[in-house]
Amino acid sequence: MTQSFNAAIGLRKTALYERHRALGAKMTDFHGWEMPLYYTSILEEHKAVREALGVFDISHMGQVLVTGPDALEQLNGVVVSDLAQVGEGRACYTLLLNERGGILDDLIIYRLGESDLLVIVNCANRASDTEWLRSHCRGSVTVTDISDGRAILAVQGPRASRVLEQILDARVAGLGRFGVAPIRTMGTDACLARTGYTGGDGFELFLPDQHARKLWDLILLQAKPLGALPVGLGARDTLRVEAGLRLYGGDMDEATTPLEAGLAWTVALHKRRFIGKDALLKQQETGVTRKFVGFELSQGPVPRQGAELLADAGGARPGQPDVGGRAGGALLRRVGTVTSGTFSPILSRPLGMGYVEPAFAKPGTALTLTVRAQRYAATVVKLPFWKGESQQAVMKRPGGQVAERRSSAT
Amino acid sequence: MQVPEDLLYTKTHEWARRAGGEVAVGITSHAQEELRDVVFVELPKVGRTVKQGEAVAVLESVKAAFDIYAPISGSVSRINDAVAKSPQLVNQDCYGGGWLYAITPSAPKELESLLPADAYTKQIQASTH
Repeated sequence: MTQSFNAAIGLRKTALYERHRALGAKMTDFHGWEMPLYYTSILEEHKAVREALGVFDISHMGQVLVTGPDALEQLNGVVVSDLAQVGEGRACYTLLLNERGGILDDLIIYRLGESDLLVIVNCANRASDTEWLRSHCRGSVTVTDISDGRAILAVQGPRASRVLEQILDARVAGLGRFGVAPIRTMGTDACLARTGYTGGDGFELFLPDQHARKLWDLILLQAKPLGALPVGLGARDTLRVEAGLRLYGGDMDEATTPLEAGLAWTVALHKRRFIGKDALLKQQETGVTRKFVGFELSQGPVPRQGAELLADAGGARPGQPDVGGRAGGALLRRVGTVTSGTFSPILSRPLGMGYVEPAFAKPGTALTLTVRAQRYAATVVKLPFWKGESQQAVMKRPGGQVAERRSSAT
Repeated sequence: MQVPEDLLYTKTHEWARRAGGEVAVGITSHAQEELRDVVFVELPKVGRTVKQGEAVAVLESVKAAFDIYAPISGSVSRINDAVAKSPQLVNQDCYGGGWLYAITPSAPKELESLLPADAYTKQIQASTH
């Protein structure tokens, strides 16, 4: 067994860093940020989010404010979605593309006011996204990185609505999925949004550092009897995989287009223009050479980034699960690569996502996962793997919608 | 930290228990704490010849896969099917139901190269302080 201890020197810290240490978190270097990987156990924290409530510190994510009379129109020429259809007090998941149609980042854009848009970006892309937006927004637009001194708490799980309703002086339950509202809490102005990266119900709160510390303490204190736990990046990853949500940098990058990544639904091709549109139109004609899929194993190892996916050289066939979970000795060739994977504590099986040749992307297709030179039978399944709280027959969500395709980044 | 007196240890956090003509192998409490959440166990085939220090099994946690080394040379005489079916046994009972495999030693003298409990305890204290 090899152990690795992070040197943790020169890493950036969030406002909640001391809280994480006091809770005994195992810390990890996440793109230059010293973040909690887990406090007690990834699986326990995962279950807390699915069954009760989890509180995440995601203050490492970048917060970029785009304002000014031309903000909406200019930003709309940069991102793939049609922001004109995102009303005030609403949010949308969208992408930044380069001219070749490659994904520069995935974002959540919150329309706080008519001409005030809050853009949440992945921490690794904070500087480059800000620069990209600045250089491509013309006219009367101001692009400001407001991340420093501000925090983001994600409060996720079936009990989130009830707990926040009690703690915040705000009508939480009335906020629809992908809604965002200004609130006053802990003596400050904050934003409350019904968004998250778990595939289930939950909220994200944007507020200044000092008030975030107070709110963190209060939520954990009050919700502890309900089974709430602080949740680290480990479970954040297993939850998002279970929900079929992509991770930027792993499941997609500058060499990936939304059509390959299964994110065509985010793209508003009817818009007159946006960066990358021409490249996408061209790819739509020629077709893609790989497609993003989810697959599951009945048992076996955890699929990890870089693992090979094989299939019957004769072509795609409906699933033929092998007894014992191991694929037989059929003539196989490589058809794809794993980009993400986990063991799902809710579905009790290994899950993976990755890219395969389009002929092997249909749900039900039999694949073979190679791990340490051994072969394991896998089957392509429709994403998401976990289809929302209704699957568990737990509390019904006030919003009523289930299993939305949603991602913010890690 | 639980380090039973009657076992021998490796620097790589395996334990070895001599019983009859066999040596049973597992991972220490310290190791399972570091791994957390073991979700998959890959065991060697019975009859496989292994050398001291050779990677013979794999434990996977949610985040990573870890090699488990043979504390002594010999041939694999038994494997723990229960732990292959229920990997969480490694976390729940690492010195008992979470044992991994047993070796019939080919060079029993190698056992002398393993660490007694007090030396192993010193090693993990040194690595965590």
